[in-house]
Amino acid sequence: MSSPESSPYKDSEASPHEETRKTEWPLWEVFIRGQHGLSHRHVGSLHAPDAEMAIKNARDVYTRRNEGVSIWVVEAVHIAASSPEEKGSLYEPSNDKVYRHPTFFDIPDEVGAM
Amino acid sequence: MSDPLFEFCCRMGDNTLVLGHRVSEWCGVAPVLEEDIALANTALDLIGQTQLWLGLAGEVEGKGRDADKLAFHRDVWDFRNVLLAEQPNGDFGQTMMRQFLFDSWHLMYLKALMSSSHEQVAAIAEKSVKEVTYHLERSTDTVIGLGDGTTESHERMQKALDRLYPFVGEMFIDDEVDAAMVEAGIAPDPSSLRAEYDAHLDTVLAEATLTKPEDDFAHKGGKTGVRHTEHLGHMLTQMQWLQRAYPDATW
Repeated sequence: MSSPESSPYKDSEASPHEETRKTEWPLWEVFIRGQHGLSHRHVGSLHAPDAEMAIKNARDVYTRRNEGVSIWVVEAVHIAASSPEEKGSLYEPSNDKVYRHPTFFDIPDEVGAM
Repeated sequence: MSDPLFEFCCRMGDNTLVLGHRVSEWCGVAPVLEEDIALANTALDLIGQTQLWLGLAGEVEGKGRDADKLAFHRDVWDFRNVLLAEQPNGDFGQTMMRQFLFDSWHLMYLKALMSSSHEQVAAIAEKSVKEVTYHLERSTDTVIGLGDGTTESHERMQKALDRLYPFVGEMFIDDEVDAAMVEAGIAPDPSSLRAEYDAHLDTVLAEATLTKPEDDFAHKGGKTGVRHTEHLGHMLTQMQWLQRAYPDATW
């Protein structure tokens, strides 16, 4: 950086652009299967120009400490999600049906902590 | 000439040290966060390899100099890295082109070193190959992506190639240190890797729609330490200032 070479592109960022620059890469959601895990878990998101680079970026951003053995990426726009407003009708009906939760069994002491 | 094995280890270690420091200069200022992290990872890999190479160099020399001493207390003329490694970052394209040209050579050379007669050299090579395989994958993809990208990115990559290609030849020049390494079965002649390198370069550049300069002129003087470019000294003033101002300072 201290080297005496000037960049011919120094001011190019400031030059006017006719239309909106399409420089923003799509967002990808990253799923990683850990050393001992059976299923892939969502770990975060990142930007990348294509799927291959998304996997490479995921490798650099999320697996530096030997976290994973397998990476999935999917473009965020392809994820269909439930809407927060539907929370009531989707999930609340189960709240008063306590028998759906396995809390009525006596666990034998030999089993230990569950 | 000092012990050829010492020279050889310094060459390997100075390549990774100088390039690693250069790449680390992007930390915090890369064009996007993901590239920033990826470049920092590459830099860290290279610095890690430096510790091994210069550590071995110090052992071979046997004068009590460790990797830190060699990295921070030598002057420009003692450095043995190829000129390509010390070239300034320029724009992101120039950095990635430099990385691609270096990685391509680095991986081939390291693979050859895995069957070195010198046990420690072979072990360092084996560890490094895993890291450098990924470096090359990444730099190759970026060179292709930007070369075959927009008009502007293509133009920048072609400029980067024209700027850096004259530094490629030095990586394949044989000298008496290499001859000694060949004789001891420690390392191959660099020139023996040229054909494979050229074939690889041609394939990638074709995919990147870039044109290799016709002139095969090669700057030299880095790996012998005879004539570094002016850029290395500037880099060392930054890299070494703390150890020079406060010798033997520790955390």
